[in-house]
Amino acid sequence: MTPVTAGRARPAHVRRRRFSAASPSWLFAAPALAVYALIVLYPAVAGVVYAFTDWSGIGRDMSFVGLENFRTLLGDEQAMGSIGNTLLLTVAIVVVQNGVGLLLALGVHAKLRSRALLRVIFFAPVVVSPVMVAFLWKYIYNPDPSAGLNGLLGLEVDWLGDPSIALWSIAGMVVWQNAGYSMVIFLAGLEGVPRELHEAAMIDGAGTGQRFRYVTWPLLAPALTINLMLSTIGGLKLFDQVFAATNGGPGYATETLSTVLYKQAFVFGKFGYSTAVALVLALFVAAVSLVQVYYLRSREVAV
Amino acid sequence: MRRTFVLEIVMIAVAVAFLFPVYTLVSLALKDPGQIARSPLAPPDPPTFDNFAGAWSAAALGPSLVNSTVITAASLVALIALGSFAAYFLARVQTRLGYGLYVLFLLGIVLPFQLGMIPLYELVNDLGLIGTHAGMILFYTGIQLPFTVFLYTGFIRALPREYASAAQIDGATHLTAFTRVVFPLLRPITGTVLILNAVFIWNDFFTPLVYLGGSGYETVPVSVFAYVGQYVSQHGLVFAGLVLGALPIVLVFLALQRYVIKGFASGLKG
Repeated sequence: MTPVTAGRARPAHVRRRRFSAASPSWLFAAPALAVYALIVLYPAVAGVVYAFTDWSGIGRDMSFVGLENFRTLLGDEQAMGSIGNTLLLTVAIVVVQNGVGLLLALGVHAKLRSRALLRVIFFAPVVVSPVMVAFLWKYIYNPDPSAGLNGLLGLEVDWLGDPSIALWSIAGMVVWQNAGYSMVIFLAGLEGVPRELHEAAMIDGAGTGQRFRYVTWPLLAPALTINLMLSTIGGLKLFDQVFAATNGGPGYATETLSTVLYKQAFVFGKFGYSTAVALVLALFVAAVSLVQVYYLRSREVAV
Repeated sequence: MRRTFVLEIVMIAVAVAFLFPVYTLVSLALKDPGQIARSPLAPPDPPTFDNFAGAWSAAALGPSLVNSTVITAASLVALIALGSFAAYFLARVQTRLGYGLYVLFLLGIVLPFQLGMIPLYELVNDLGLIGTHAGMILFYTGIQLPFTVFLYTGFIRALPREYASAAQIDGATHLTAFTRVVFPLLRPITGTVLILNAVFIWNDFFTPLVYLGGSGYETVPVSVFAYVGQYVSQHGLVFAGLVLGALPIVLVFLALQRYVIKGFASGLKG
């Protein structure tokens, strides 16, 4: 990726010829590979198979039904709605969380007296369980005009009870919890920007805005790639916050792919169908990540 | 100078707004039901600690703290051992097989756990590990290995090969070169691996809900979830339970927070 690595590659090659065993044996990776194959790879492959069956989850009785589950999915209003909700929620979370995270990072990157404390404050919600954050926000979002957010802002909004805004309220609590995560990754990127580049740009007469646009922003590309990927995957898989705060309601207004597949399996006993929904979720995640990796990596520059 | 001052004021104002939910959490936990009904936003006057005693026994937090601690600690040991060993191979090998394995591990970051959820349940059940600590430890080790391997591999790639080569010229095997020379150099990224996995495992809700529900081996988030369901209208009690449930991991974070941010920086550069 960088000239440094390219330069390092050749001597390594030479060394390899001199010491026959310069690379460690694959046995180093064997235990990890075994656990990974058992816990992640095998179940995922088996899951793909189950997605084409009518398994009820009881006993081993099942038959292959071809694309039946996917046809059911297309006609299932609740599930189709959840796909729309999941995508909207993901876009909102990705945009706002990373926007806020970047602004926070720029703020606490400056030489402020309170910056160490500010960093701790903004990151702290990340370490708290999402289920517990959801319960806390369920109260903050309560419709009582004298309590929570309404009491603070003098509003009378039913944040989680009004189907037209409930989804955005969920996005709000997720952003509050995770903005600090994005901030820390951007901060790591900002600390990697060489000071000399800023000084050179300043001597050339570039203002703050121009220096951000032409120096900082391009060099933040690796941090941006990681942030966008993590927040997109997190958004698409979102379960805990929805399950604890609204359980998909009111109506189906906040139902996501994860809550639908959970209910189909553990409430309705349709394990085959549930796994088909999980496969759709997996395909979404894979497609989005692939596009992001190829597009974003291509615009990363070497220092 | 003046501009920095303005920025500082702005950032402090943002932090105060950001802390509003935390204020709500703590102040409600310190109020009796009468105070909450009368003035939900005002600070507790006088503060009461009755909610904490009530929540501690009602949520059965003692046993679930033990469960969470055992599961988290054992998984972290396994993740650090297996992950760093695997990453050492993946970072140093220059064959197609090595690269293929690396990509195979990265796939695990993207794959949603839900896809394999049901087959995994069967597998763990067949092994007789449903509702046990061992089952959960095995599970978390597998599920968090991709992220762990990713962080370690990036870091090791940026580390000069010369340290290990020197040890090997002196007659050390790969194993001793790794454990004695390379692993100690990984301390910053091990810190990051430790805290990020600890946060994930300690706070995970979905898996223990599915695999541990009703087993008597519930972890903290599952206990708190069941407890909140029971006392849903008594906000003082509920919030005291939330404070107690979140406290251990918040304390660990506050103790290690220097390493979190530093470790992130080194992980990203790698």
